[in-house]
Amino acid sequence: MRIKSLSDLDAIKARGLTRIYPDKMKITFGYATCGIANGAAAALETLAAAAEAEGLDALVDKTGCIGYCQAEPLVDVWNPGQPRLVYKKITAKKAAQLVKDLKEGNIRKGWVLYKALREPYLLTDEMREYDVNGGNGTYADIPTSGEVPFFAKQFKIAMRNCGNINPVNLEEYVARGGFYALHKVLTTMSPEDVVNEVKESGLRGRGGGGFSTGRKWATARKAEGDVKYILCNADEGDPGAYMDRAILEGDPYSVLEGMLIGAYAVGKSDTGYIYVRHEYPRALEMLETALATMRDYGLLGDGIMGSDLKFDIEISRGGGAFVCGESTALMASIEGKRGDPRSKYVHTVEVGLWGKPTVLNNVETWANVPAIIMRGGKWFKSVGTPTNAGTKVFSLVGNINRTGLVEVPMGITLREIIFDIGGGITKDREFKGVQTGGPSGGCLPAEKLDLSVDFDALTKAGSMMGSGGMIVMDRDTCMVDVARYFLNFLGEESCGKCTPCREGVRIMHDILTRITEGEGREGDIELLEEIGLGVQRSSLCGLGQSAPNPLLSTIKYYRGEYEAHIREKKCPAGVCKALITYSIDPEKCTGCTLCAERCPEGCITGEKKQPYVLDARKCIKCNACYEACNFDAVLRQ
Amino acid sequence: MATATQANKWEQAAVIIEDYKANPTSPIMLLQDLQAAYNYVPAEAMELATRELGIPLEQLYGLATFYKAFSLEERGKHNIKVCKGTACVVRGAADILDGFLRELGLPRPGTTGDKMVTLEVVNCVGACAIGPIAILDGEYHGHLDQSIVKDRVESLRAEDEEARK
Repeated sequence: MRIKSLSDLDAIKARGLTRIYPDKMKITFGYATCGIANGAAAALETLAAAAEAEGLDALVDKTGCIGYCQAEPLVDVWNPGQPRLVYKKITAKKAAQLVKDLKEGNIRKGWVLYKALREPYLLTDEMREYDVNGGNGTYADIPTSGEVPFFAKQFKIAMRNCGNINPVNLEEYVARGGFYALHKVLTTMSPEDVVNEVKESGLRGRGGGGFSTGRKWATARKAEGDVKYILCNADEGDPGAYMDRAILEGDPYSVLEGMLIGAYAVGKSDTGYIYVRHEYPRALEMLETALATMRDYGLLGDGIMGSDLKFDIEISRGGGAFVCGESTALMASIEGKRGDPRSKYVHTVEVGLWGKPTVLNNVETWANVPAIIMRGGKWFKSVGTPTNAGTKVFSLVGNINRTGLVEVPMGITLREIIFDIGGGITKDREFKGVQTGGPSGGCLPAEKLDLSVDFDALTKAGSMMGSGGMIVMDRDTCMVDVARYFLNFLGEESCGKCTPCREGVRIMHDILTRITEGEGREGDIELLEEIGLGVQRSSLCGLGQSAPNPLLSTIKYYRGEYEAHIREKKCPAGVCKALITYSIDPEKCTGCTLCAERCPEGCITGEKKQPYVLDARKCIKCNACYEACNFDAVLRQ
Repeated sequence: MATATQANKWEQAAVIIEDYKANPTSPIMLLQDLQAAYNYVPAEAMELATRELGIPLEQLYGLATFYKAFSLEERGKHNIKVCKGTACVVRGAADILDGFLRELGLPRPGTTGDKMVTLEVVNCVGACAIGPIAILDGEYHGHLDQSIVKDRVESLRAEDEEARK
């Protein structure tokens, strides 16, 4: 069926609502990559079989990720007349029991993450209240999502639908207000109106640059060219950041609708490309289905929604090169070339893909666009801070208690994210630092915890917003090793075109390797700083210009750790293998035998319930004993 | 017999190249299709593409060496990808990688002598919340420690022993 009018859209919305809220029980699995990685596939299979065997009359479906990845597989149970319940960690082992419980109306409180009594529809600014009079009241002391610390401070714009709909079901997307923004744009707004609305919203590019999206669109609109291109950067390469994957897997239409709105606003554009990272097979699968479905509904191709707009979107699969996240390299890659960046004295909004004016925004940026159109630029600007409008999705990972994706208003502090939402450091250890901005960013220490999280404050502190990775580190992380890790990464990913990046990164990496191996010399720190500044100033593209950031920020905030490596030949964190020896603390060892069982070399011996002894001469420093010990009895000094 | 199998081996490449002739997308897509068919990009297939499509061999070779997704060497029957994204690294991914190397008897990531396993390092698979992670033949395994690594490699070996019987 082709959507040609508002009444067509309304009819689809009505159908979508009956799918989201059917008149019988519906069980939905979080089925994004993290759900699958935690066993959602086997759990779903077991649950479906058990439901069949038990005669439980329920629909079973799949959804994306609500962001609380560590509690996956998450299972959402809709039962008419009752609150919606979200169950956590429903593995195959628990699935059959859950079916039994549901059949009997039993609620195991320990299994439930939260209940929902109502649901906000962001795009239409509605609060959909559930009828909760039918339940037997056993859910009374289960918290609502607002009472669960992980969700309490979150506000979802970009991830509004993730985990709430079947990601590729267009009816469900429309039911929550999807494609109404496109309809609004095509029927009531001129392209200039759209550009102005986005400008007014203050939206800045979520891929890391933080450039004004509205200004980018305005320049592209004015640029001379018979054809213009609309691109989506889904080459999410920053290690530790995966919000774009989650959005593509959980709500691909939000991104594609954004691109359609962009095409209308910029004009003269009939083709868009979405450049998807090679390592995201599930995202690719969802996009392919979503694009085919949109063609069926007449939302791509000629005469979209009965208007004059003609636009189609093609997928371009990445080849696994980090530098292709850089705009000019990405465009070269779409053209079928090596992803070598070029100097940007002429911007890609004027001369981009195949030499034509091109708008490139990332996944999260595009996903924000329909919300800005529906709710207005002013509303968007009212969220966050005056110069950093809206929300940002962060991936909160590393040595932290609650890991996952969190979407928060800009301007929130690091402390709120790490401690209030993330629940602090694992094993109650002390916070050592947080790495933001990926390989282009830096590490920030405890004294920066009250920093406002926005593009400008993070850059000022020597780090970066980047695409939103937030990797929390505890005492077991060596900052010299972290700097070495990033430079190793960047050395592998440098395209090699310009000398400062190709050679500078390699030399900095070699010096750091020397330091971590106990061969550091006086003057190394100063030398690293000098080379770092040189590479920052003279590299061709963003990769090289930001490559020294992890190094320079760790020198700035953790200089003492560098000095310990160089002067005392010690690694205070116990990571750099050349500088540590393993031993067992007889005071703490309980003789539980676990370390001896795990040791691949058999160098740990002793008698049960007596302190064990580690023979350092045979030790290969594989760290298996340290991982295994529950009593902090393995020492790395 | 051997020559017949050899000839058959390139049939698939010929089909992919014919398709590309009819619908030339981008040489990167062509290499991706070849890699999907053979699990690596064979030099013979690139040479065939050069003859049939006129794309210079050095251009194809340049692409195949630039993009990490491509392998110029034949890969193992099983594939293990160890994630070395930052979040996995702060949770001990370096030791996990060492564990795989040790269990597989490899000096560095690559393919084992018996072509049974190819071990690769990926700079982030995007499932950071459950690190350290490895992907074994397309299946994600989170929250790894070295004892799981040992078990996995052993069960992989046992499976193959079983299959050979």
